[in-house]
Amino acid sequence: MLNHSDIMSTVDMIDHQHLDIRTITMGISLLDCADPNPAACARKIHDKICRQAEHLVATGCQIERELGIPIVNKRISVTPIALVASACETEDFVPFARAMDQAAKTCGVDFIGGFSALVHKGMASGDRRLIAAIPQALAETELVCSSVNVAATKAGINMDAVRLMGQAIKQTAELTKDRDGLGCAKLVVFCNAVEDNPFMAGAFHGVGEADAVVSVGVSGPGVVHHALQAVKGRPFDEVAECIKKRPSASRAWASWSRRRRPGGWACRSAWSICRSRRRPRWATAWRAFSRKWALRSAARMGRRRRWQCSTTRSRRAD
Amino acid sequence: MKAIITVVGPDRVGIIAEVCTLLAELHISVVEISQTIMQGTFTMIMLTQWTAGAPEFDVVQSRIAAKGDEMGLSIRIQRQDIFTAMHTI
Repeated sequence: MLNHSDIMSTVDMIDHQHLDIRTITMGISLLDCADPNPAACARKIHDKICRQAEHLVATGCQIERELGIPIVNKRISVTPIALVASACETEDFVPFARAMDQAAKTCGVDFIGGFSALVHKGMASGDRRLIAAIPQALAETELVCSSVNVAATKAGINMDAVRLMGQAIKQTAELTKDRDGLGCAKLVVFCNAVEDNPFMAGAFHGVGEADAVVSVGVSGPGVVHHALQAVKGRPFDEVAECIKKRPSASRAWASWSRRRRPGGWACRSAWSICRSRRRPRWATAWRAFSRKWALRSAARMGRRRRWQCSTTRSRRAD
Repeated sequence: MKAIITVVGPDRVGIIAEVCTLLAELHISVVEISQTIMQGTFTMIMLTQWTAGAPEFDVVQSRIAAKGDEMGLSIRIQRQDIFTAMHTI
């Protein structure tokens, strides 16, 4: 059945409040591309990326047209290259970055991430070689993004890696100085990197993930802004109600996009990157407070109300 | 497949007739229509259903967009799924 206001509000969110799919990122495992021969390894990397992401952009564009919602970026993340290429008998890791760049261009994506190493506790030989190759790799390629995790709360800071990365950053800036130091914009140095990360430029595909995974990021910076404008000057509980309803729309959409699995992909919604979900601290505190308050009010009424009742109804009950 | 068509623009005689004629040519059936005029702005929402012989979504979309340009209206077609997902938890 048609609901006039729901449909027009969705159209309005897309047209005027910048609701869009910020990115779809395909994570690809390259663990099976390891080979002692560097040329063979680079070829395997290129071929696997091209094979897995062959239809990524076309499918993204098709979804974009059918749903009438923009998908701003299409990207790829791969297993950290330091793991994949560590078996190679070569000191030069730049060819792997070139293979990634070529594959990304073939697939038509905006960026490819995963020229990465995880060295928070210590460096293996593959990690050292990758870090040494970062400046040249970022200078020679256009779409490749690189990241290195140099510290973790549990393991501490790997100061050797910090030193190497400091040098790498300076060299990257130097090599791309004619392009405003663009290389550094594609380089991330992490502390406490998560196991799998779909966010550019620090994106990489976690080793615990499936062979190919699609992450969807929903963004609606204007949606919350417009919602706040609509309730300007109104009581705080009404503002809180209004904000709660907005993310639920994005959440529902992301959950739908997760269910719609293109053939052969393990689809997942990383809707946590939805900006509207990232509540500021005051909002989180307010939610915790209002929940406690609502339950207490319900208890006074002699029966427990559903949390859905929220603050407004509880206040009415009082 | 079901899709929602939204038509927004200045009101005039024959908008529904023209849009429905185009849909008939494309073998697309109209399941439901909701239409209103607010301060001279025509707003219509149609729930449509693909029938046998209907062309691909892209073809329908381009024909509808062209019709919108011709009539000076904003006509868009989107799959019903997005509206269901946005407003159903």
